[in-house]
Amino acid sequence: MEMPVPDSAVLAKKSRLVERLSKVLPADAVIHEEREIKAYECDALTAYKCPPLCAVLPASTEEVSDVLKICHEMDVPVVPRGSGTSLAGGALPTADCVILGVARMNDVIETNYDDRYIRVQTGRTNLSVTGAVEEHDFFYAPDPSSQLACAIAGNIAMNSGGAHCLKYGVTTNNLLGVKMVLMDGTVVDIGGAHLDAPAYDLLGLICGSEGQMGVVTEATLRILRKPEGARPVLMGFDDNEVAGACVADIIKAGVLPVAIEFMDRLCIETTDKFANAGYPDCEALLIVEVEGSDAEIDEQLGVILQIARKHNPVELRESTSPEESAAIWLGRKSAFGAIGQINDYMCLDGTIPVSSLPMVLKRIGELSKQYGLEVGNVFHAGDGNMHPLILFDANKEGDLELCEQMGADILKLCVEAGGCLTGEHGVGIEKRDLMTAQFTPEDLDIQMKVKDVFDPKWLLNPAKVFPLASSKSRRAA
Amino acid sequence: MIEPATEAQLGEAIRDAKANLKIRGGGTRPIGAQAAGEVLSTANLSGISLYEPGALTIVAQAGTPLADVEAALAEQNQRLPFEPMDHRALLGTEGTSTIGGVVAANISGPRRIQAGACRDSLIGVRFVDGHGTVLKNGGRVMKNVTGYDLVKLMAGSYGTLGVISEVAFKVLPASGCVATLKIAGQSVEQAVASMSAALGSPFEVSGAAYITGATPLTLLRIEGFEASVSYRAKQLGMLLADHGDMDVETEPEVSKALWKDVRDVGPLTEGAGNIWRMSVKPSDALAVVAALPDAEVMLDWGGGLIWAKTPQTTDVRTALTGIDGHATLVKGSGFPTFHPEPAPVAALAAGLREKFDPKGILNAGLMA
Repeated sequence: MEMPVPDSAVLAKKSRLVERLSKVLPADAVIHEEREIKAYECDALTAYKCPPLCAVLPASTEEVSDVLKICHEMDVPVVPRGSGTSLAGGALPTADCVILGVARMNDVIETNYDDRYIRVQTGRTNLSVTGAVEEHDFFYAPDPSSQLACAIAGNIAMNSGGAHCLKYGVTTNNLLGVKMVLMDGTVVDIGGAHLDAPAYDLLGLICGSEGQMGVVTEATLRILRKPEGARPVLMGFDDNEVAGACVADIIKAGVLPVAIEFMDRLCIETTDKFANAGYPDCEALLIVEVEGSDAEIDEQLGVILQIARKHNPVELRESTSPEESAAIWLGRKSAFGAIGQINDYMCLDGTIPVSSLPMVLKRIGELSKQYGLEVGNVFHAGDGNMHPLILFDANKEGDLELCEQMGADILKLCVEAGGCLTGEHGVGIEKRDLMTAQFTPEDLDIQMKVKDVFDPKWLLNPAKVFPLASSKSRRAA
Repeated sequence: MIEPATEAQLGEAIRDAKANLKIRGGGTRPIGAQAAGEVLSTANLSGISLYEPGALTIVAQAGTPLADVEAALAEQNQRLPFEPMDHRALLGTEGTSTIGGVVAANISGPRRIQAGACRDSLIGVRFVDGHGTVLKNGGRVMKNVTGYDLVKLMAGSYGTLGVISEVAFKVLPASGCVATLKIAGQSVEQAVASMSAALGSPFEVSGAAYITGATPLTLLRIEGFEASVSYRAKQLGMLLADHGDMDVETEPEVSKALWKDVRDVGPLTEGAGNIWRMSVKPSDALAVVAALPDAEVMLDWGGGLIWAKTPQTTDVRTALTGIDGHATLVKGSGFPTFHPEPAPVAALAAGLREKFDPKGILNAGLMA
């Protein structure tokens, strides 16, 4: 991936910049020694690395505002960073940028169970939001795989999803309000504990804007009462297409599972070896989970199992205990780790209409043969969010590039099928140059005009989301 | 009146416009003081372009009657999750509500509290900006973070940022069964407490409203499969056993009529006065209602949505002083239609209008 050439005028200002930042932040919050800034040279897209000019770790909204004012005045780009778990390079630095990390802002500001919300600083991790309310039997619904580590700031920037969004929606459907600092240091409050916007839905616009409109320092999040129980069922099929048809039939029957997860043979076999999950020997596996009281779960699973039987499953396994439920989920939850054990891989995130599933899986199989790279498929089938895992060898010259080319072909295929490039990971740098496959130049221009309004100098995370050629004139201005 | 029949014609009409256009869907939800101008209607951009029940997805042109969309979904036992309100009785309007109008005004109903607002179900839009350029954002899949989310921005922008030509929704299965718990004679304070307890329970309440009158009535709705509905109604009854006299309405048609009346703000349709719609956090409802002694009120969304009919001189926004939320003047006059925003936020909104509609010809002044 190409990154813009660092601005030598900015590089030359480093000592002056560090001096000014050190006046508004404690000494340990300004990181500028070459050895130390390496910690911020990449996010979870580790194939790309670049140490920033410096990194700052403000501890309050006021400090964030002070930092942004200085960078705004000095025309220094800023790359906001949550926990650095982006798979898309959303927090990848450029050599001429300041990394603004929110990790020190992780307090719970307020919990309100009557009105069902929590207000947190955005450096707090996703899982610890639920951790703060679970003694009252509440939870925060979006559950990205990285939830142990990922920060709410990054969840908002990328509009993160998870396995349970079929029922509960993604971040934008669970975000009620933000406190955000604009690039010039202005602090704005958008939304709050009430519902819906007074006029334009700026909250909806900010969520998923990949840190390009402002730095979100506080978030008001909707919390929900935990269901009485949840139970998964595992189904094995000897054909991908049949598994896809089964998903569509379940949805058409009026049942709304909280999750429908799909794994293909490569993933089943790999994770089974790694995690000893005891999965059946088959081409496609579905895990379908429903929630409610025992009687409600029985009723819903009754409908689901009846549908599944019509599709001649090679295996139907209903959980009868928490241990069995855990065993059913074990392989799925360790899928990425298992594949990482045997190989380097690239995880894609395209979304397709559920009806195109058989066609897309077939074409991915063909691309796999064409490129000579194996692909495993594991994804959220209920909402069509695919995660093809392309296996490659990072030590083999040219393999990463080949893998990226194949990834691009798969994502273009998702767009052709009526879907999109990314369902929950974000564009970052990874899908930036593919945006023209999904959008016309005019579609991209209107989005860039929105950034013009929030960040007229294009200093916030400027080299992301939009193809560099499209954003060039704005970044140079 | 300009009535384009294709998206391309819509683009031409806006490109050629020299003066303000009044953007109209079905004309059933007029709002605010409209600047002078020729009416641009989307009514002829009509038809369902795609419906895939197995993917929970429907796509329709903006002028498609809401009733057509709802009928197509009902045939497959599905529905728009957000239960859009019908404004005709409340506003005294006639006409045919369009799906594009529902989106432009981000119209939701009682189920918003559980299933989200119109903007939450909306997954894609096509629209024409003030230059006359045809644009798209989002798509037809329910998980999509590719680029900025202009879908949310277009929902509730009342035609001032662009004229919507096509919309796509994630839909949900319609529930087979419905029951309503009714508690009679509660005060606002008691009702909000009951509704909060119900919404904070695991029993998936899909409506929580309070109707004032001679005998106030608190309503709690439960939907789903039959056995599940009766189980949850029973559990909820036990949870709220000491909250007052309770009655469970199990006849589906009666429940549906009750909730249609809540959705359409039936209790406030008679008589004159300004109609206000306020969004606050539920626990603030009591203070707001107490500060409006001249108002007739109705609560929805567990107390988070307050409908009020007031004398024309009442500024309900003073009742919101120090309270997190906003008030919209839905019908009447004497006050700004939309809640004034703090200067930096208003500047962002004005900046967006300037970019999307630089000629200032799309419902000019409506949201300024």
